[in-house]
Amino acid sequence: MKIRQMFIVLGLVALVLLVGSCKPKGPVGVTTGDAASKVYVAPGQYDEFYNFVSGGFNGQMAVYGIPSGRLFRNIPVFSVNPESGYGYSEETKPMLATSHGFIPWDDLHHPALSTTNGEHDGRWLFGNANNTPRVARIDLTTFRTAEIIELPNSGGNHSSPFITENTEYVVAGTRFSVPLGDNRDVPISSYKENFKGSISFIKVNPESGRMNIAFQLRTPGFNYDLSRAGKGPSHGWFFFSCYNTEQAYTLLEVNASRNDKDFIMAVNWKKAEEYIAQGKGKKEKATYAHNVWDEKTHSATSTMMDEVLVLDIMEYPDIVYFIPCPKSPHGCDVDPSGEYIVGSGKLAAVMPVFSFGKIQTAITNKDFEGDFDGIPIIKYESALHGEVKKPGLGPLHTEFDANGNAYTSFFVSSEIVKWNVKTLEVLDRVPTYYSIGHLCVPGGPTKKPHGKYVIAYNKITKDRYLPTGPELTQSAQLYSIDGDKMQLLLDFPTIGEPHYAEALPASLIKDKSVKIYPIEHNEHPYAAKGEKMARVERKGNDVHVYMTAIRSHLTPDNIEGIRVGDNVYFHVTNLEQDWDVPHGFAVKGATNAEILIMPGETQTLLWKPLKPGVVPFYCTDFCSALHQEMQGYARVSPAGSNTPLKFSTGVIEGQK
Amino acid sequence: MISALYVPLWQILMWAPQYPEGLEMKIWIDDISGDVKIISALNHYIGMKHIEVSMFPEFGYMKYIVMALVGIGLITVLINRRFMLVGYALLLAGTGVAALVDFYLWGYDYGHNLDPTAPIVVPGMAYQPPLIGTKQLLNFTAFSGPDIGGWIFLVIGLAVFTCLGLEIYKFGKKAA
Repeated sequence: MKIRQMFIVLGLVALVLLVGSCKPKGPVGVTTGDAASKVYVAPGQYDEFYNFVSGGFNGQMAVYGIPSGRLFRNIPVFSVNPESGYGYSEETKPMLATSHGFIPWDDLHHPALSTTNGEHDGRWLFGNANNTPRVARIDLTTFRTAEIIELPNSGGNHSSPFITENTEYVVAGTRFSVPLGDNRDVPISSYKENFKGSISFIKVNPESGRMNIAFQLRTPGFNYDLSRAGKGPSHGWFFFSCYNTEQAYTLLEVNASRNDKDFIMAVNWKKAEEYIAQGKGKKEKATYAHNVWDEKTHSATSTMMDEVLVLDIMEYPDIVYFIPCPKSPHGCDVDPSGEYIVGSGKLAAVMPVFSFGKIQTAITNKDFEGDFDGIPIIKYESALHGEVKKPGLGPLHTEFDANGNAYTSFFVSSEIVKWNVKTLEVLDRVPTYYSIGHLCVPGGPTKKPHGKYVIAYNKITKDRYLPTGPELTQSAQLYSIDGDKMQLLLDFPTIGEPHYAEALPASLIKDKSVKIYPIEHNEHPYAAKGEKMARVERKGNDVHVYMTAIRSHLTPDNIEGIRVGDNVYFHVTNLEQDWDVPHGFAVKGATNAEILIMPGETQTLLWKPLKPGVVPFYCTDFCSALHQEMQGYARVSPAGSNTPLKFSTGVIEGQK
Repeated sequence: MISALYVPLWQILMWAPQYPEGLEMKIWIDDISGDVKIISALNHYIGMKHIEVSMFPEFGYMKYIVMALVGIGLITVLINRRFMLVGYALLLAGTGVAALVDFYLWGYDYGHNLDPTAPIVVPGMAYQPPLIGTKQLLNFTAFSGPDIGGWIFLVIGLAVFTCLGLEIYKFGKKAA
């Protein structure tokens, strides 16, 4: 009996062990081989690529080095940044002006690097404001926001910004269709009747980069999700993914997922240009802000525009063609040759790849399956190059290498899938941790991808990093694509929520980086271009302090004669002319922020003193061995008092 | 030698942990150039004067000295006598020594004549730049040496002395 009992016990133990070993292991994502040496950039060495990563809901643009994943800068674009004074200094406030007034925040999703002949030229970086529709241009010599233009008639500026081969246009499509025309106070249920889409074509000056809205296309009331310009043979065309062709206005997750196929909208923008040149289109009243930064006056100006040129595609049906695309397409990406257009239906089981050549033939042969409000719908099969079978679940975005391969992100199955654009054969797949959104191959959207890596920007990080409460870090993952097999090299945390990102070789821009602003070119109206010009002037209730900062003193550093109720403008000019010597400035009790002033620059902090006393101010950027001595006092007297206006530096009066 | 009017004569180079790319100051016949403002801004911590063209009265007459040297050189060639060559060689050497002495005196004054109210005073420390060669001054490594113009003078001086040497070697006995 004892022996039998022993067998039973042993049997039970064996069963437990067996079942335990059948239980699948959780994801691990261990790197293999010499991953560390591939991402190691030794101290003092430079990264090979700059990676410009959208900050999502932080409204900023982050700059990382690849392959190290190190963060270099966070460029304020659509959100205020108290650290530098962006949106707080008098000079930068106009950058965030809109037709709705000053807006301190937005949601930046997509960077777009300027191109010439379809290749990165390292001049400008564009970005979109998703919430209050705007497009910004960042200057890549200063890494600063140089210009912001608001987009009228748009709601949710998501399919934006996408650029043509020579940066002729930056294109911005509306995500939400909205009521347009003179009466916008309409029932939401009148969607089909009153709601329209709007695609803005922003012309970019090839010399200065200055933007202006050349024209807008008025389009059917769908959601316009993402876009890419054609290139090479398809230059002159633009492709937009559209969902909600059901035209639902409530519970879209159900009501906009009914149609088996939505559309990719192919736009012949050269044709639209021709119509505009012929004087076609209608000028409509529209209010939108155009904000420009001037590097000489170190100030922004905001101009309110009042008109936009609109071309209604219903009246010009040969500008636009619809191509059926399965199940609410998200990504709509054009390969480096310009021949293939990849549609990624978020809910589809296959990924269609369309051929530009076939689309043209179908248009010539009028190979249409019908129309939507008069706009021809090309037959699916006639436009199709082929389908990628069983690619994964939830395809979102596709980037390309220079060898004819595509890399598609799959949100639901949390992976990157490599496939061949011509043969449509799946070549490799790697897991991402977890739920990848966008992905980036350096130069991936251009005619000449730089390749080497694919970077995943993930939506969920869960157990990948040390926990920090309910709110966890955002993250990216770097994979090598040099070999046949993709190889995970590195996880690195990111700020904001990264959506799209672009990368280019550092050599394209690093030597063009501005080091200082020459003081002799400073045309700021309140600049003090030398300590002798430092002074304080009163104009009614406004007190203007023309202040200079140089290691390690502020001039003037003793100010008297300020009264409660004054508006005190500290115009601080940094007299330094050496790289990496900014000065900062802050006043006790100021209800805004500090300002950081780069060498040769002038910035203004407005301070409204509320009670009498002596108020300290100081330099906030550790500038020298005597930084802690870089300070001063402002005396505030009661309103209406007669304390004489006085200012000095280094003057010692007899102390009692 | 005329070319020396158009190229820098002397250079002072400086490196520090914060300035891996180095700072340079070039001395021309009547000017100074390079990162002079940055050097001055740094040196004010230890009470050194701001380097300005007006500090150097030499800039007013140095080019005339060089022109005179050129003129005398031409006369030497024309007269073509050994005593002229000997005289010219000595004159060149003398001018060179005088220039170095002058530079040394400026450097001594610049390095020692410090503002007593300077923020940083290191007892017993003077900041005289090296005359020729390399010297460590607090966090800076300073180098001083001839630039293109200086080298031209040096080569010319050597050439004149070589001529003189050859002259004496070849014709010395005959003349005696």
